[in-house]
Amino acid sequence: MFNKILIANRGEIACRIIKTARAMGIKTVAVYSDADATALHVEMADEAVHLGPSPAAQSYLLGEKIIEACKATGAEAVHPGYGFLSERAWFAKALDDAHITFIGPPANAIAAMGDKIESKKLAIKAGVSVVPGYVGEIADDIEAVKIAKDIGYPVMIKASAGGGGKGMRVAYTETEVREGFKGARHEAIASFGDDRIFIEKFVEEPRHIEIQLIGDKHDNIMYLGERECSIQRRHQKVIEEAPSPFVTPDMRRAMGEQAVQLAKAVGYYSAGTVEFIAGKNREFYFLEMNTRLQVEHPVTELVTGYDLVELMIRAAAGEKFSFTQSDIKLNGWAMESRIYAEDPYRGFLPSIGRLVRYQQPKEFSSANETVRVDSGVVEGSEISMFYDPMIAKLVSHATSRHAAIDLQIKALDEYHIQGISHNGHFVSAVMQHEKFRSGTFTTAFIAEEYPDGFHGNPTSSESKQKLMAAAAVMKVLTIRRESLIDGQLNGHDAIFDDNWVVTLDKMQTSVKVMELSNEFTVKAEAWQHKIITGWKVGSPQFKALIDNEALTVEVDYKSVDVKLSFRGASHTISVQTPFAALLAGYMVEKIKPDMSNYLLCPMPGLVVSIDVTVGEKVETGQTLAVVEAMKMENILRAQKPATVKEILVDKGQSLALDSIILTFE
Amino acid sequence: MKSVLDELESRRAAARLGGGQDRIDAQHRKGRLTARERVELLLDPHSFEETGMYVEHNCVDFGMAGSKIPGDGVVTGSGTINGRLVFVFSQDFTVFGGSLSERHAEKICKMMDQAIKVGAPIIGMNDSGGARIQEGVASLGGYAEVFQRNVLASGVVPQISLIMGPCAGGAVYSPAMTDFIFMVKDSSYMFVTGPDVVKTVTNEIVTQEELGGAITHSTKSGVADLACENDIEAIFTTRRFFNFLPLSNREAVPFRPSHDDPSRVDMSLDTLVPTNANKPYDIKELIHKTVDDADFFEVQPGYAGNIIIGFGRIEGHSVGIVANQPMVLAGCLDIASSKKAARFVRFCDAFNIPIITFVDVPGFLPGVAQEHNGIIKNGAKLLFAYGEATVPKITVITRKAYGGAYDVMASKHLRGDLNYAWPTAEIAVMGAKGAVEIIFRKDIGNADAIAQRTAEYQAQFANPFVAASKGFIDEVIMPHSTRKRIVIGLRKLRGKQLENPWKKHDNMPL
Repeated sequence: MFNKILIANRGEIACRIIKTARAMGIKTVAVYSDADATALHVEMADEAVHLGPSPAAQSYLLGEKIIEACKATGAEAVHPGYGFLSERAWFAKALDDAHITFIGPPANAIAAMGDKIESKKLAIKAGVSVVPGYVGEIADDIEAVKIAKDIGYPVMIKASAGGGGKGMRVAYTETEVREGFKGARHEAIASFGDDRIFIEKFVEEPRHIEIQLIGDKHDNIMYLGERECSIQRRHQKVIEEAPSPFVTPDMRRAMGEQAVQLAKAVGYYSAGTVEFIAGKNREFYFLEMNTRLQVEHPVTELVTGYDLVELMIRAAAGEKFSFTQSDIKLNGWAMESRIYAEDPYRGFLPSIGRLVRYQQPKEFSSANETVRVDSGVVEGSEISMFYDPMIAKLVSHATSRHAAIDLQIKALDEYHIQGISHNGHFVSAVMQHEKFRSGTFTTAFIAEEYPDGFHGNPTSSESKQKLMAAAAVMKVLTIRRESLIDGQLNGHDAIFDDNWVVTLDKMQTSVKVMELSNEFTVKAEAWQHKIITGWKVGSPQFKALIDNEALTVEVDYKSVDVKLSFRGASHTISVQTPFAALLAGYMVEKIKPDMSNYLLCPMPGLVVSIDVTVGEKVETGQTLAVVEAMKMENILRAQKPATVKEILVDKGQSLALDSIILTFE
Repeated sequence: MKSVLDELESRRAAARLGGGQDRIDAQHRKGRLTARERVELLLDPHSFEETGMYVEHNCVDFGMAGSKIPGDGVVTGSGTINGRLVFVFSQDFTVFGGSLSERHAEKICKMMDQAIKVGAPIIGMNDSGGARIQEGVASLGGYAEVFQRNVLASGVVPQISLIMGPCAGGAVYSPAMTDFIFMVKDSSYMFVTGPDVVKTVTNEIVTQEELGGAITHSTKSGVADLACENDIEAIFTTRRFFNFLPLSNREAVPFRPSHDDPSRVDMSLDTLVPTNANKPYDIKELIHKTVDDADFFEVQPGYAGNIIIGFGRIEGHSVGIVANQPMVLAGCLDIASSKKAARFVRFCDAFNIPIITFVDVPGFLPGVAQEHNGIIKNGAKLLFAYGEATVPKITVITRKAYGGAYDVMASKHLRGDLNYAWPTAEIAVMGAKGAVEIIFRKDIGNADAIAQRTAEYQAQFANPFVAASKGFIDEVIMPHSTRKRIVIGLRKLRGKQLENPWKKHDNMPL
C-alpha cells in the first residue's frame, strides 16, 4: 500500500479523497492554484503544493507540474478525482513513465473510452447497442449541417473531450446546428483545449441511467448497480439516485453485463461508469464510458456499502478484491442533490463570490437513515469564476425511495448560505414534485415542469400556516427580548397583548399567541399549531418542534418584516399588532420602475461580444450580447422588438450584476 | 359632576379628530398616517400621555379668529419605547396644513424643555406646510425658539427627526440641528427654497422629489441619515434605532442581554482580506461578525459609502462603529466621508458610546475638486473628532493604514485605548511603489532596480510589526479572534475616565 498520495484536484472531490486516504492511513498531498490558496482541500491535506495562476489551464491541467510535485513530496500515486486530468491518457502515461502510480484505469482504456468517437466504435465491436450518429471528426459548420440532415433532427452536438454539460447543444434546425456547432467548439477549446466535435441522434424522452463498474488488476471487474441521473438542467446533472425507479432486476443485469463486457474489451480496472440512454420500453443505448470516479458516486456507495475511492486506491496498489459480483447487494435507496452556486430565481445564472455565511446540514448515520454532505467549502471560501460552480453534494439514504426523498427535503432546509445564491430551493421543490416522487420522469423533467423558470416551490396552505405560526412566535420572543433593555420607567414595561396580525403574501390572518410551560400555541380562526423552540433572537435558523415535527426554517431579517425560507420557497412575513396592521392598510404600494427598455447584465461576468449596433432594429429572440461567467457563454436575447438606442459597455469589459449593457428607444 | 366629565370626553374627542375626518381621509389616501396614529405607533401601546391638547392659536388677522382647532396643528407629549422615556411632537397636517404658529411652537418648546430637564430623548415628526403666514413674524419667532432649544438640547439628549411630509424654508433648520434625520420616500421633502423659486432665480427645472426628496438627501446631500419606504417602516425603524441610544449624556449606554457568545471566534475572518492587495472586500462582513447577533444599524448607508458608520452591540452594550469600506473608492477618505464619520464620532462621544474603528485606508482622495472644496478643513473634522473623543476607543487595522489617513483613523496618537492590527496590516507612509519612486527618484528609469527596491520596501514595511515595535500597535491579533478581543477590551475600558482641558467649547474646523 502507498504511504503518500497526491490528489490532483480541488473542491469537494479533493476533500472526499483525502478523507478516505486518511482513514486508510495514507498521507496526502494537495495541489492548488492562486484562487485556492486558502481552500479547504489545502487545509485538510498533510502537504500542499502551489501549481500556478487561477485558470485551470495554468494550474490544475499542468500535468508536468503535478509530476514534479509528486517527486518533490515523495507521493507514490496520484488520484485525479473527476474533470481536469482524470481522463487524459497522456497524463496517465506520463505518470507511468515517472514511476508514479495513476489511481485510475490503464492509459490505453482512457484513450479508447475517453474519446467519444473511439469509444463508440469499440462499443459497437463489443456488441453493445449504440445510438445512431456520426462517428468521425467534423471540419466545419457546413459539414455539421450536412451530417445533421443525414441523421435526422433533432441532433445533439458535443465536444469529443467533454463531460457533463460543457460544450453540449441540442439542435432542431439548420440555424441551430450552425450556432450550436460554433458555440460548442468555442467552449470545447476554452474548457478542454480540444476542439473536436461530434453529432448524434438526440433520443427524445430518454432517461439517463449509468452503471458503476469497479475492477482490480487481476481481471475481476464487477458492476455496482445503476444510478438514475435523469434530472438534468441543460445536460448538467442536478439530482441522482440509486437504484433507479425505472430499472428492473433483468434490465440491471443486462446493462451491467454489457458494461462489464465493454470494460473487459479494453482490459479495464479501477472505477468507471458506463452511461446509457434508456427508452420507454426499457431498451438502452450505450452513450459513453467515463473512465474516472463520477461526481455522483456517493449514492452507489450508500446503497452498496463500498467506498469507491478506497477500492480505487487498493486496485491501483495491485490488491486483489476479496468480493465477487454475487456479493454485491443493493440496500435501501440513496438520493443526491448537487448544490450549485447559481440563482434558480434568475434563470439559474451562475453566482460567484465569497461564502459570507455557510452552514450545511448535519451529517449523521443511524440504523435506517444517513445524511452525508460532500463539500469542499467552509464559511469564508470563495466561489470563483474559474471552476465548476458546484459547492457541495447532499446525499441521503433510507430504507425506501420516499423515505430518502423526505430525509433529503428536511436536510435541505438546514442550509444557510449567504454571499452567493444557490439552488437549494430548486432541488427541494423537485424532491416535493409529484412526478418526481412517482418516479415517472425523463431527462426533460426540468425543462417540461419549469418551462418559465423557477419561482419558488408552491407552498401548501399547511406549510404557510406553520410559517405564520413560527413568525408569530419569533415576534413574541423578539419583543420579550427587547423588553429586557435597562433604563425603563417603573411600571412602564411595554405591554403587548396576545393578539397579532400575521401578513404573508399580502394576506392578513389574525392570530392569538399563548404560552404554557415553554409550549406556544398559535391559534387562528381556521387553524392552530403548537410550537416548542429554543430559538434565540437573532439566530439565522429557527429550529422548532411544530406539532411535534422537528423543522428548520431559515430566517432573514428585513427592516420590518422577516423573510422565512422553508421547503423550497421564501415568504416575506410581517407580524404586527392589530392597530399597526390596520394602519399598514393605508400604505401605498410602490410600483417598481419599468426596466424593459434596458438590457441588464443578469450575472457578474465578462462581455464576450456585443452583437448589435446603435440604431439597429432587433427582433424578439435576436442575440444582443454574449456574457461569459463560469466558463459558460450566456447569450442575452431581445425580449421584444425594439431599436437599440445606446450601448454602454465594451467587449472585454467585466460587469457587475444588473449593470446596464444597452438601452432601447 | 357627570356633565363636566362628559364635557371633558367630548373635548378630547374633538381634539383627537384634528382637522376633521375628510382631511384624515385625504392624509390616508396619500399613504400617510395622521399625527396621532404616528405617535401611537411609535410609542409602546397605551403609553402616550398628551400635553397641550387644548392649546389654540392667538391669531385674529385674516379671519383666523373664527377658525380654531384644539391642538393647533401639533400633538405633543411623552411616552415610552420599550419602557424607556421619550418626548415626542408630531405635526398634524390636517390642521392648517401642519403650519407652525406661535402657540404651535410654544407646545414644541415646552416639550423640549421638559426633555432636557429630565434627560430623555426628543423625537419630532415633521409634516408641515411651513410658517403660519397669517401670523407673520410671530411664526418666525416660534421657529427660532425651537431652534434655540435644538441647540441647547444638542449633546444633552439625543434628538431624532422623522420627515414624513413637507418640510421647507426655515422649518428645515430644526431637523438640521438634530442628531439624526429619517425621511420617508416619495412623501417627504426638505429644501430651503422650493422648485418654483429655484426656477425663477436660477432657471433650473427640478421636481420636489429631485430637489429634496428622501433619495436625494440620503444619497446626494447627506442631509438625511435614512430613507424609509413608508410611514410604518420609518416608525418601526425608529423604535429599533432608539434601543441603541442612551437617554441622555448623563446616562451610560443601554444594556440589553444578548445570547451571542462573547468569546465566539469566526474562522472565516482569517480569509476576509484577499491575498491580492488591490482586491476589495466587504468590511460589513467584519462588522456583522463582530457585533452581537449580526445586528448592525447602519446610518447613512447611501451616502459616502467609502466609510461605514452605525450602531451595534457588544455583550449587550451599544457601541458606535466606524469602518473604511474597501468596496467604495478603495476606502479612501474624502470630503464627504470625513464629514459623515466626524459627525458620528462626535455623537458617540457626546453620549458615552464607545467607538470601534476598523481601518483599511489607502489615504486621502487626491484631486483638484477635493482640494478646492476644502479637503484640508473637512478632513480635519474627522481628525478633530477622534482627537477630542474621550469615550473608550478600540481600533483594528485590517489592511492598509497609509499616511495621514492612518493618523486620522483613531490611531494610538489620538488617544486610542486599544490599537490592534491583523497580521495583514500595512502601516506605512504610503504604498511601497509610491514610496520607492520618491526615495529612489534617480532609479526611476531602471525598472529592475525599482522592482527590487519596491520588494524591499514591501518586505520591510508592509506588515504591522514596524508600527508594533514603536508601540503604535498594542497587539497583532488573529482576525478570527477580533470579537473576543473587543469584548475583553470594552469590559476593561468600562471604567475609563478621561477629561479634556476646561474650555468654553472648542473651535473645530467647521
